[in-house]
Amino acid sequence: MTASLLSVADLGRDGIEEVMSVSDSFVEVGERAIPKVPALRGKTVVSLFYEGSTRTRLSFETAARRLSADVMNFTVSGSSVAKGESLRDTVQTIEAMGVDALVVRHSSAGVPWQVASWVRCSVINGGDGWHEHPTQALLDCYTIRRARGSLDGLRVAIVGDVKHSRVARSNVLAFTAMGAEVTLVAPPTLLPSTLEGWPVSASTDLDDVLPKADVVYLLRLQAERQTEALLPSLREYTAGYGLTRRRAGLLADDALVMHPGPMNRGVEIAAEVAELPSSVVTKQVANGVAVRMAVLFLLLGSTPAA
Amino acid sequence: MAGDVLLRGGRVVDATGGRRADVLVRDGRVASVEAGIEAPGGVTVLDAGGCVVAPGLVDLHAHLRQPGREEAETVETGARAAALGGYTAVVAMPNTEPAIDSAGVVREVLELGERAPCHVLVAGAITKGRRGEELAPLAEMAGLGVRLFTDDGRGVQDARLMLRALEYASSLGATLAQHCEDESLAAGGHMHEGEWSSRLGLAGVPPEAEQLMVMRDIALARRTAALGARVHFQHLSTAASVALVRAAKSEGVPVTAEVTPHHLSLTDEVVGSYDPVFKVSPPLRPMADVEAVRAGLADGTVDAIATDHAPHAQEEKERPFDHAPPGMLGLETALAVALTDAGLPLERLLALMSWQPARIARLEPAHGGPVAEGRPANLCVIDPAAVWLVEPERLASRSRNTPYAGRKLTGRVRHTLLGGEPVVVDGEPQR
Amino acid sequence: MGIRERSATPPLRGVFVARSQVMDSDGLRRALTRIAHEVVERNHGLEDVVLVGLQTGGVPLARRLAEALATVEGTDVPVGTLDVAFYRDDIGLRPVMPEAVTDIPFDLTAKVVVLVDDVLFTGRTVRAALDALNDYGRPKAVQLAVLVDRGHRELPIRPDYVGKNLPTRRDEVVDVREDGVDLGTVQK
Repeated sequence: MTASLLSVADLGRDGIEEVMSVSDSFVEVGERAIPKVPALRGKTVVSLFYEGSTRTRLSFETAARRLSADVMNFTVSGSSVAKGESLRDTVQTIEAMGVDALVVRHSSAGVPWQVASWVRCSVINGGDGWHEHPTQALLDCYTIRRARGSLDGLRVAIVGDVKHSRVARSNVLAFTAMGAEVTLVAPPTLLPSTLEGWPVSASTDLDDVLPKADVVYLLRLQAERQTEALLPSLREYTAGYGLTRRRAGLLADDALVMHPGPMNRGVEIAAEVAELPSSVVTKQVANGVAVRMAVLFLLLGSTPAA
Repeated sequence: MAGDVLLRGGRVVDATGGRRADVLVRDGRVASVEAGIEAPGGVTVLDAGGCVVAPGLVDLHAHLRQPGREEAETVETGARAAALGGYTAVVAMPNTEPAIDSAGVVREVLELGERAPCHVLVAGAITKGRRGEELAPLAEMAGLGVRLFTDDGRGVQDARLMLRALEYASSLGATLAQHCEDESLAAGGHMHEGEWSSRLGLAGVPPEAEQLMVMRDIALARRTAALGARVHFQHLSTAASVALVRAAKSEGVPVTAEVTPHHLSLTDEVVGSYDPVFKVSPPLRPMADVEAVRAGLADGTVDAIATDHAPHAQEEKERPFDHAPPGMLGLETALAVALTDAGLPLERLLALMSWQPARIARLEPAHGGPVAEGRPANLCVIDPAAVWLVEPERLASRSRNTPYAGRKLTGRVRHTLLGGEPVVVDGEPQR
Repeated sequence: MGIRERSATPPLRGVFVARSQVMDSDGLRRALTRIAHEVVERNHGLEDVVLVGLQTGGVPLARRLAEALATVEGTDVPVGTLDVAFYRDDIGLRPVMPEAVTDIPFDLTAKVVVLVDDVLFTGRTVRAALDALNDYGRPKAVQLAVLVDRGHRELPIRPDYVGKNLPTRRDEVVDVREDGVDLGTVQK
């Protein structure tokens, strides 16, 4: 049974440390004139994206190519899904072509688990519905570590639509595993129906949380939330929970501002705030390739074949 | 068609009590019930040693999928599964394609059931097409013997329409069964809204969606009680619902209620595997609700265990969780699951699975009635100690979506007699 | 996920038990001094010479060799470190993890790179190092300096500078420390 990365919880603190430590080496590879190593030569990494996402898919693809792996991409359009083409058939057909790792992204929670039960190759969760996005959480941990040295005892505020955010769920698991204290800040309609069992605090007062935060992690607010009776309007959201210029002034000098991208400038973050030095959003993207290289290497390269 | 049968060596249990006795069946009826019957010539002897001989089980709630979804189940395969589960009568739900909302479709299903190894009754829809807008021709269907009406799969959302349906049905001596789910609350949900749905990132259904309709229909039942209207609550799953029914009964409101075996034995935690086999409506609930439902069975608040047998083709249950249809198989595992997980003795379970549902379906005394001379021989022989492994491929149902796959259960039906004919012998279907 | 392991071949799991001392700290110092002289002689000085120590055993040796060269020629030679984990030919056959980040803060093109390692055994680590160096530029030449050559080569790799030739059995282990070199076995 080959190893897969489905949930950040599977890694635990030790696993996350291991990924970050190996990521350092891959950052160095990325800085070379020829940013490539032969570590995964002869391996095939396939992206199966049922949900459009240029950024994540390209990041995985770059990571695989820099490890000298062969890459295939399947972006499944809405129409194939509507025709009812069986997920299981698709995945088993791809596996039959010879695949070492399958990166799966889908708008439905749980799909990577279902896929992992149907194939023998490694499965990497590239984002499943509202549930998890493990590699995002890993690159976020890594970015914080590079900027602040360690996550132990850091106070992290995750702001925004937590209820529908796979980034938030994975980050809560990862940040708390690494010793950070997490506070969720959102209107009650955008928090999960219950936080029972979540190792976090919650607040509806962003102004109160910001001055004490070492990291402010902003989540993207989708316009559709307005139509689902979760918010009266985007304006009201920004007034209560947006990182406006005024609010940016409440931040500590060394506080980090993070966002998984793409940013809705003017909604969860003011345009001018996005360009401040405290915003490490572009570093997140850059680190994403190194971290995904580390994940691919650890799953396919560093362990003996099953 | 029935030959003579002797059920030897068992313990007879029915509403009158239990006693060691053999049962002789002649011409489709019970001929004699006493210890040490000598086998007359030409009689088929079926061993009932170590077993309980009881009136056949009656399921108030099964989806036989015909007409329209024959790839998942047919009346024949569903009836065979029922017989293997010890059932001699099963009520077929009307959410077929087309819906059973007229005499024509009722007749079609009754005809399909004529040759089946289990007595098939038909529940008619309350509204045309189950759309919840206009009353279906209830009298026309009642004319063919239909006494139970439901829009199951959905509840009747409009209060006024439900009130009119109750008033009208009261003149037909019929019972309206309700799938209690307020769609304005439940829409978009795929599992119980709670700790697990929050963790798993799946949209949840607040339990109030069930509770609100139970509350409403108790009020409407109270109002129409004097007319003789009867309300039966299907698959109750929450502590709040059970409490409401308990209070209503103590006031004398004429309501009855059923629960499914899976709501007695599984919690929402199992959804953590994201296997759509665990997706069902109403959804699996947390332990507190499971315990409340079990308590409702124990104290008489809940009248029956009904399977809500809901077959789905494999491809359907392999879709992503939020796209898969809800529903689990139940006919072949119900008794064993109830014995293993309900925390009740077999005698009490038989009341809940045989004579009490028979009364609600108006099938007494042919089904569920005491095992006594002269009565139709609709019987099951149960080995309460038999341990067996649930293997989906070996079930008689056409579908495989059982949440108990790979589990060892205790309690198995050895023989089933339908009108005196052995339709199941030693756990094997005879037709 | 994978368990961290030394990238040395073979993977060491257990306790090293020394059977004999091959070199004491004076011997080690003298060997490095001699190698320094040989490097200067072979390259007619130290112009364009750079040192690259292989992780992990070659790194402290590369530093000490640089000190020795400074003593001999009065020149500070640039020193880099190289981890060859991603170039090994046994990735996927056994756990392989990088020991540390590669750090080569200078351009290799047209330089004479002296690779430094503690023990030369099968030659596979050096082969991986040659591949890795290629990704950093095109050196004028690559030379190999090892403290101990223990034989059992599996590839056509030969050292240019050797501290000590030491015949060994395959199952034996050579342990290089700051203060000397021992020969022994690993006991589980």
